[in-house]
Amino acid sequence: MTGSIEILAGVLLLVGGSFALIAAVGIVKLPDLFTRMQASTKSATLGVGCTLLAVAVHSGEVGVTTHAVLIAGFLFLTAPVAAHMIARAAYYVGVPLWEGTHIDELHDHRTAAAARSELPGRPPAGEGPQS
Amino acid sequence: MIPFASGFLAISVHLAFGMLGVSMLLGLVRLVRGPSLPDRVVALDLIGTSVVGLIAVHTIAEGEPVFLMAAVVMALIMFLGTVAFAFYVQKGGAP
Repeated sequence: MTGSIEILAGVLLLVGGSFALIAAVGIVKLPDLFTRMQASTKSATLGVGCTLLAVAVHSGEVGVTTHAVLIAGFLFLTAPVAAHMIARAAYYVGVPLWEGTHIDELHDHRTAAAARSELPGRPPAGEGPQS
Repeated sequence: MIPFASGFLAISVHLAFGMLGVSMLLGLVRLVRGPSLPDRVVALDLIGTSVVGLIAVHTIAEGEPVFLMAAVVMALIMFLGTVAFAFYVQKGGAP
């Protein structure tokens, strides 16, 4: 029983470390802020979640397990929110996209909204993004 | 069975320490090199996440769960810092 728990904790540690390492390689190698951000957010959060799950499995005490699960849940809740906010701010400030980007739905949406708001006779606001 | 499991866990702990440390170093590379401020914020987020993972691995390695409190605080402050940076960037910080 103890042996199987230790093997499970070791496997979870290896998986978690591998995911964190892949996230770090992605954050160095990828060409664009937004691609880098998705590598960092998803993969690193999953890796650290696996590591915390290893802590929860390995320690038999209730307090430690509760702490580990609490941290993992908090990370999984907050990482998408933080990534969304920083990506939105970066897009509106005008951080350049990778030149291979095909789909930019937010740009189309914003140009359509600007065209619609010009209809009642408002003066044209220019082409650039207005924050 | 038991000695093999303990040895496997010890090797996994060392490998996880190494991988999380390398991940932190690569995040530092992006933090230094990142061309814009949001790049640096993302790199800082990765470094903080790696620190939480290192605290978790240290808990397994030493059997000493006191630092898990520090991991809770670390995760919370990381979130608040990223949100604050997002507000700062959107209010008109230079990219």
